[in-house]
Order: sequence, then C-alpha cells, then structure tokens
Amino acid sequence: MAARFKSGDRVIVREAYPPGHIRTPVYLRGKRGTIVRDFGAWPNPEELAYGKSGLPAKTNYWVRFAMDDVWSGQGTYGGRDCVVAEIYEHWLEPDPARETGVAP
Amino acid sequence: MTHDHDHGDHDHDHHNHHNHDHAPAHTGFQPDLKEPTEEWEFLEIAVRELLIEKGVITAREIEDKLEEWDGKSPEGGTRIVARAWTDAAFKARLLADGNAAVGEMGFEVPGLKLVVLENTPDVHHMVVCTLCSCYPRTILGLPPLWYKSKEYRSRAVREPRAILAEFGTAVPATREIRVVDSTADCRFLVLPERPAGTDAWSPDRLAQLVTRDSMIGTAVALNVEGVRA
Repeated sequence: MAARFKSGDRVIVREAYPPGHIRTPVYLRGKRGTIVRDFGAWPNPEELAYGKSGLPAKTNYWVRFAMDDVWSGQGTYGGRDCVVAEIYEHWLEPDPARETGVAP
Repeated sequence: MTHDHDHGDHDHDHHNHHNHDHAPAHTGFQPDLKEPTEEWEFLEIAVRELLIEKGVITAREIEDKLEEWDGKSPEGGTRIVARAWTDAAFKARLLADGNAAVGEMGFEVPGLKLVVLENTPDVHHMVVCTLCSCYPRTILGLPPLWYKSKEYRSRAVREPRAILAEFGTAVPATREIRVVDSTADCRFLVLPERPAGTDAWSPDRLAQLVTRDSMIGTAVALNVEGVRA
C-alpha cells in the first residue's frame, strides 16, 4: 500500500482525544509539522493493545515539529530546536496552509 | 461481574491488612518498599497472583526474568558506539539499518526498529518517551529512574536546554537540539561525538568513554581524560 505522505510534506496532527492506548502525545495534537522519514507500515499499536490484529498495517512517520509551533515561545529552547516524534498516518492530515514538498 | 466482585474484595482485604496488621505509621523513616496505593498497582498484584495460582507461570519464573533484566547494562551500547567510531563502514550500516548492524555484533532489538541518531557539530539529539518509558533495553539495559519520571518526560520536550544544563551538559547555542520523542515502534540510540584526542585509541579503550547518558543524549561522551566534558 502506497504511503500517503512523503518526506517534506507539511502535516497537521489531528486534534482528537479518544480514550485508549494512544501513541500520539496530547501536546502534539493539532500542531503543524513536517514529514522527515517513513518508518514503514506496522500493525496499529493502538489496536494491538486490545488483543486485535492491528491490521491493515498503518504507516509510521517521523514528524518534525519546530519548538515555536508546539510551545509558541513558552519554553527554554533555541530558534532551531525541534521535537521529532513517531506519528501514525491515521493521526495526520495534510496542512492546507503550507506548501508541500519543501525539504525541512 | 464475578471478576469485579473478586477484585473489590481483594482491594478491601488489602486495606484491612494495611490498617490493622502492620501499619507502618510512626516508624520515623521512609520504608524501602511503599505500600501499593494506586489502582494499577493493585491490578498488577491481582493479575500476578492469579497467574501464579492458576499455574500459568511460577513465582520462580518471574524472579528469573527480573534478575535477567536487572543484569543488563549499557555495556553493549558502549561497544556498538566504539565500533562505529573506529569502523566507518560499520557506522554507515548502523545509521542505515540499526537492527541489521547491531545484529552483526550479536545484539537484537526484537519486533522494533532500531534508529541510530548521530550527534554532530550541527545537531544534538536527546531521547525521551513522553508517553511511558520506551528505551532500547536490549542494548542499554533498563532505563534510569529519571528517564521514567514525569518531570523528565514533561520537561524534555519543552525546555531541553534547561534539562541539559541541569545534567551539566553544555550544548552551544548555535547547535540544533533535536528532542526525539519515542512514541511508538522505533527505539533510539544516540551515537555521541567521538572525543577529541583519541585518534589512536582501540575500540575497547574508546568504549570506556561512552556513558549511558551520552547514548540517551542528556550528556556527551567523556573526554580524553575520562571525565565529563
């Protein structure tokens, strides 16, 4: 199955708060980031945790978030500092406000 | 419903036990092992006792597994880093496919993708698991207690430079700090920069300069004199 995003794509993390074994941290929900790597498709850990198959497998992406986009200046970090996190594809949407295909 | 009822009884019994049998009040010191108080602690005890009572596993097997994990150390990681510092082809393989490269040295990270993060003069990686305590345990052993603390997990992604300063680690202001939140199916190993002045050193000698914290990214490797840089 083709991956939905490619390196350089701008994305937004879904802002949703479902219960369960969720692998997307709350502090990143609704935040804008950039795809930096595709780690391949894995059985969905959010379903594996409940004894399900986790299939179909979902693509796990490495997504880079500029500190300012996450904390809006409320933190101790430098202008180039960032957070990178693994985010599964079902948590990501294209960011309509930013151009895609620009390498980070 | 029977299960719920049993669990409630267990909980109730435990409180009675706590209150009347050997209440640790007025001992004047902090006991080594605190009494369980959280719901998940009672749940773990109940499940463990049930597994033993029903003969699924034995207490001895649990103890053996605890000893096996307690016996692991970051030593494997130090050897991997020292080899990467001295063998450019190995380093390239390690960065391209961590699982395959450490497999050459007899290490496994089963069921997970090992990603090796190279620290350079341009970027300093620091690993955290904000959701729980994900850590490359088969290579580094069990994580330190601070790695699992709410304080480190919550602050690392928000004020990494303050955390690094508290660890005594100086990262130049011009260098990018990349906080790696280990949220899912990868495990991350930091490849620290090789200390200056060690050009002629053997891998065994270099491994002595690689600390656990330098492979998490809260520190850099020891310097040529074997002290914190």
